[in-house]
Order: sequence, then C-alpha cells, then structure tokens
Amino acid sequence: MKTKSRISELLTSNQAVIIMVLLVLSIAIGLRNNAFVSFSTVVILARAAILMLIFALCQMLVIISGGIDVSFPAIACAAMYLPVKMMLNYEIDNLWFPFGMAILIGAFFGLINAVLIASLRIPPLIATLGMNSLISGGLLAFFGSTELSRLPDRLNEMFRSYLFTYTASSGLTYSLTILFIIPVVLAIGLSIFLRYTTMGRGVYAIGGNRSAARIAGFRVIRIQYFVYIFVGAVVGIGAMVSCILNRAASPTNLMGSEMMIIAAVVVGGTRITGGHGSVSGTILGVTLIALIQNNLIMLGIPTHWQPFILGFLIVLGTAFTSLKAMASMKQAKV
Amino acid sequence: MENTNPFIRLTDVRKAFGGVRALKGVDLELRCGEIHCLAGENGCGKSTLIKVISGVYHPDRGTIEIEGAVVRNMKPIDAIRHGIQVIYQDFAVFPNMSVAENIGINRLLLEGEKLVNWKETRKRAIDAMAAIGANIDPDILLERLSVSNKQLVAICRALFNNARLIILDEPTTALTSREVDLLFNILRNLKDQGIAVMIVNHKMDEIFRIADRITILRNGEFISSGTRDEYNNARFSHDLTGRELMAVKYSPAPGDFPDETVFEVEKLTREGSFYDISFAVRRGDVFGITGLLGSGRGEIADAIFGLSPAESGTMHLNGELIDVQSIDDAMNQGIAYVPEDRLTQGLFLERSIQDNIMAASLPAYFSGLKLQTGKMNEDTDRWIRDIDIKTNSAEPPINTLSGGNQQKCVMAKWLNTKPKLLVLNGPTVGVDIGSKAEIHDLVRQLAAEGVGVIVISDDISELLENCNRIIVVHDGYIVGRVTNDVSETELLALLSRPGKESHENEVTD
Repeated sequence: MKTKSRISELLTSNQAVIIMVLLVLSIAIGLRNNAFVSFSTVVILARAAILMLIFALCQMLVIISGGIDVSFPAIACAAMYLPVKMMLNYEIDNLWFPFGMAILIGAFFGLINAVLIASLRIPPLIATLGMNSLISGGLLAFFGSTELSRLPDRLNEMFRSYLFTYTASSGLTYSLTILFIIPVVLAIGLSIFLRYTTMGRGVYAIGGNRSAARIAGFRVIRIQYFVYIFVGAVVGIGAMVSCILNRAASPTNLMGSEMMIIAAVVVGGTRITGGHGSVSGTILGVTLIALIQNNLIMLGIPTHWQPFILGFLIVLGTAFTSLKAMASMKQAKV
Repeated sequence: MENTNPFIRLTDVRKAFGGVRALKGVDLELRCGEIHCLAGENGCGKSTLIKVISGVYHPDRGTIEIEGAVVRNMKPIDAIRHGIQVIYQDFAVFPNMSVAENIGINRLLLEGEKLVNWKETRKRAIDAMAAIGANIDPDILLERLSVSNKQLVAICRALFNNARLIILDEPTTALTSREVDLLFNILRNLKDQGIAVMIVNHKMDEIFRIADRITILRNGEFISSGTRDEYNNARFSHDLTGRELMAVKYSPAPGDFPDETVFEVEKLTREGSFYDISFAVRRGDVFGITGLLGSGRGEIADAIFGLSPAESGTMHLNGELIDVQSIDDAMNQGIAYVPEDRLTQGLFLERSIQDNIMAASLPAYFSGLKLQTGKMNEDTDRWIRDIDIKTNSAEPPINTLSGGNQQKCVMAKWLNTKPKLLVLNGPTVGVDIGSKAEIHDLVRQLAAEGVGVIVISDDISELLENCNRIIVVHDGYIVGRVTNDVSETELLALLSRPGKESHENEVTD
C-alpha cells in the first residue's frame, strides 16, 4: 500500500508530468514532420536552451531560498555591455577580461540585492524590481540603446569554438558551442551543492521556515548573501554567453525575459513560495519551453500563436503545481 | 525513586526591556527526572524566562547554575551544548523537508558538518524515533504530518541533540485529548530516562495530571512553587490570577427580565447538516448549543450568520421575520458572529488592534467619503477600557496580544456593530483563566442588556456555568433541551445519544 502510493506519487510528480507532455509533443511534432526526429534537433535545442538554463537555474536557487529575482535581465545587460564597451574603448582583447568583469559586475549587483533583501528586509520582489529599473535605466541614460555589434576579435572567435560538429545525412552540419559546458557544470554543481552540503540544505531551510532556520543555527543572512551574490556572478557569466552567441553586446536585448524564466522554473515544479525545487525539474521546465519556442512551427502552428501557447502552458503548469501543493495540504495527515 | 539533583537553578533572575520589567526576581529549580509545570497567564514573563534559560536573553541580575556550576553569559549555542532544548509552539520545523532531515539537521549544524551524510542521518533519525516509540515514515515531507506528529518530530530532534532539559511551550494547545495522552506518556518516558522536562501551560486539569512540581508566575513575579500535592484548584487559580475566581452559575430567576423573545428559529433545516431545529432565546438568556464534533452545532451557527444559509425554516429577531441568505443579510439584521477559529476567520493578524476592532463597523464611520478617524480612535479606546484589553495602545499588530486579549478584540469588533444577536462559537478556546472569566462576565452583561446571546461550545463545564438554557445536537437533530441545573454527567450522556430516533421524546425544560 505504501509502495503503491509512492508509485502514484511518482507518476503524478511534476517531473513525470513534464516528461509525458514532452513525449506527447515530440511524437506529435515527429509525426507531422520527419525532420524533427534527428540528432540535429537535440543540438539545436541544446543551443537554444543554454542561456535559459543558466538563468533558470539561478532563479531556481533564489526561489528555493524564499526570494525572487526579477533584476537579472538588467544585471545581465550591464554585465554584457560594460565590459565590451571598455574593451572597445581601451582596445583590450582577451577572454579573461570580459568574463572576469562580467562576474564582478554581476556579483556587485547581487551584493546590493542581498543588502536590500537580507539586511534591510525589503520584500525580494520589490527590491529586485527597483534594481531592475535602476540598472536598465542607468544603462539607457549613460549609454543609450545602441548595440555594440563589432565585438573584440577573441570574444568574437568564441562563437566558433565548438564542442563537436555533427554532419547530418542531408549534408548540413550542426555544431554545439563549447559554451554549453557552462550550464552543464552549473547544473551538476548546483545539484551537489543543494543535496549534499549543509549550506545547500540551509537554502531549503530558510525557504521553508526562516525563523526555524535561525533557531536551528543556520546563518540565515549569510546564506541569503551567498545566494544573491552567487546568482549575480553566474548571471554575469550568462551575460557573456549571450553576448558571444548573439555576436553583439546590447544594453537592452535581455530585458523582459524574466517572466519566461520564472515560468520555466515554476513549470519545473519549484514552488514560488519557496522551499521546494530541483535542478532536474528546472531542466525539464526549460526543455519544454525551449521545445515550444523552437519547434511549434513544425506542427504547422504559425509563430504568432507562440506567445498564446506558451502563456497557456504556463498557466496550466503553474495551476498544476499549485493544485498539487493544495492536495498535499489537504491530504490526510499522518 | 525520585531523583532530586537539580539540573538548573535560577535565583532572583531579573530582566527589564526599556522601562518594562518582564522578570522581577524569579526563582526556578528544575530537577533531573521531573516534569515541572511553569504556569502563568499570558504576559506573566514565561516566554522571557524561557529565553533566559535558553541563552537568548541575559538576565540583568540573578544567577543561573547548571548542575551546580554558575554559568555566566550563556549564549544559545552554550545552552544547547548544556543539553537545553526548547520546543516552541510552532515547533520550528521545516515543512519542506523530510522527517529524517528535520530530526537530523540541528545536530549537523551543531557538529559543524559541511556535508550531509544522508544514510547516516536517516538511520539516526529512525533510532531517535524508536527511542520514544514514535513510528513515522522518515522519508515523507513534514508538511504531511499532523500537528501531534510534528511535535513528536520536534521532541525526537531535541533528544537527538542529547537533551538533558526539554522545555515545551504550551505543547497541548493544538492537540486532541487522545494526542495529549500520547504526549504525556512520552514525557513520562523521558522523565524516567532522567531528563528534566518543563512544560509551560495554564490548563489546570492537564497540569494536575502530569506535573511533579509546579511554579507559578504572575506579572513577572515569582508567586509560588511546590509539588503537585501542595496545590488544589482554588490555590492554583488564586496564585495564577491573584483573584478569587468563583464559578457562579448563571441562572436568572423568572421575573429578572421582561418576558420577551429576542430570537426564535423554527424548523431550520439544511440537508446533510441539521434538521428541524427550533428554539427560542428569551430576554436575559445565554443560550447554549452543544454537541460532538460533526453533530451540526457549528453548522447551525453558520446558517444563522448566513455563511451557509438554511434551506428551509424561519428566523425571527425581536419579533420580525428575517431572511438571512448571506453574511451581508445577517450583518444588516444586527447579527454578529465570533467564529471558532479566530486566527483565520476572526482577525487580521498583522493589522493593528484598532483596525481589527473597527473592521466590521467601518461604514458607520464614513461621513461622505471621509473616515472619521477621531471617532474611531475614541471608540477603540473605549472598548479597550471597557472590556479590559491588556495593551498600552491600539497601535500594535493584533498578533502581539495573548489569545485571551485577541478574543476580546474579536468580541469588541462585533459589539461595536451594536448587534441584536451575538453568536459565539467556542468563545474561550485557547484563552487563559483570567480572560475566560472576563469574557464570561461580558457575555452575561450583554444578555442582561437585551442582546440575544448564543454560545456554541463542547466545553461542558463552561456551558453549564454560563448558559441558563442549553440544547444538545446529535447527527443534526436536537436530542435534548436542558437548563443548567443538570449535572455534567447527565449532559455528557445526552451528547452521545443517537439523533433521529429519539428526537421526539426530548428532555423538556
């Protein structure tokens, strides 16, 4: 009986449901369009999901800790634009500088978020909304909205560093950028951190019950500082990745992506109220959204339907998470 | 048999915050292998004392000795290292973590581990549960546990941290009587293992059941301490409240009040909840409705207040036929309802006392589009004074008040609507003895002023003390109508009487 309920629990878990939706979608697309059923699809999807994965994993960490961060698009824009601008102005041409600067800039804004949220106890949504506006407004005021489309050479060349290249039977070649390693390392690192370190458990603890975490002896404020600064730094790396993949540094082009990222995280089973969430769920959530964004057209659905379908999916996905949470509240207590 | 080694001894402990003296010289001795009850009404300094013992506060004066040695400048982590464990009212557990992790996590932090060994944690958690005879699946999330099992987890966690002294802050508040029995057995088991147990409580019957020794505080002062045998009900109530609380039954004589009917219901029925409910509340009556959980007693109140209206039957208020289909209807007719669960249904916990007291009567304070704040302040202050809500001002959020004072605020909120009928559902659940007596006085006073008062409760002794007429509901039917000269046993017998078959031959008043 116990194992039976475990199995039914497993089958209705967020992960299982997303996997099923992914399968159904893939089969539908595959039946409609044979081109979908090939290794190249995986390569294209992986490339498309790199940035979303990085940002979503960061967001997941923040949400588990009981916060939320809507300032990351602005932080990313600053961390992408400023280093490139400096490199062009001072004719710096190496890889350490842009990544190092991006990490520093991201960590700096993360620190400010942490001060506002952990020390001044401003609600995270308000604090990061403010920071978002402050940073993006600052970029606009000081630098305008012009893109830097001529990147320094070394940075530009990164675009052509591939992990592998795959030639399909059609003769077309598909390459996966070496930058894909970044979300992979991040995902593995975060999994281990969240599961096996005392501090990682502390992230869950403060998201589940902040005062209990303090009583238990977790350094609540220190953990929050860590989360926001770490996330800031990783968002900085993400910003450079975006810059390389788009072959341009724009002070605006990531703005507005926060809702889609939060949606991917929540669809992946992270509870917006904190304390729950997993790397695997987030990866699945991102995969689902990337699949829809990139391959819906293969089903013959016009692109202008895409926002509608994505919105629909998000509402459905979050409603499902919420229903599950409600059911587990109502469930007979043991 | 009795182990009389003191584990911790506090002598003349004083603590002040700003100008407020929270502890004015308290002595307390907790011995290994005893269950000690710390009793006192809310605001007596119990929580401050717990925080002194657990190292959160440092006393301004006085000494703390642990196992004979004076301890100075004790920090929370020192207290934990001495084996002092506090189980707070909300248990300070993590709803999003497994049972095993909840039990193991403090130890991990205490030992400064950087990594989690899940296998070991799980095994040790199972052992800790086995030690007190708890049998909970270690892998399920804590949010799925009942209150009583969450408490067990908290106790296991305390034991797991090598507890020598376990302090439980009002551990029985949310438990059913069976769960209380279970808890008490576990506490006796801990006591036999030589652990000192201190329970903070103010329920007399429970204290007499479990305590070896008792210490009573009032207003931050040490009042008395002694073995259970040295106390009886009268001394206990007296020490606790500083007053002679005499239980006087409310029984107005015929002729005390004019012979008028305030509120009358006839053949009130809602399918699946209650059937054919008829009764009349006369001027001066405090009218009781009782029944077991699920008997329909609460649903009748919900129907009167329009929460879930009756399907058939009539209601008359002061002789007029009224139709209550919604809460709005009920409020317009002058019906007020103090719900059973004041925390979720009766209060805006984060808002000020004033906001809460004014919440049900705001329309009365509008002149045009402007709220007459002056009048609101005046009325709030009047209520605080009249029904003696213990607070310095109307500003603080209501969740800073004790249960008894919160309940008085809920009553003030409704009384401020000048109700003609007041329905109180479980008015004194979680309320301390002193406030309880004050709420009872208030209820009687209202009845005398001509407000119809209906009290719904399963607290038999409270009903018999306060309600001059009582109906008993079983399975949705009225199975008995009594006055309060029946004995508790007679009333209890009625409670468990089957419904439909026997509702014809009622015990008449």
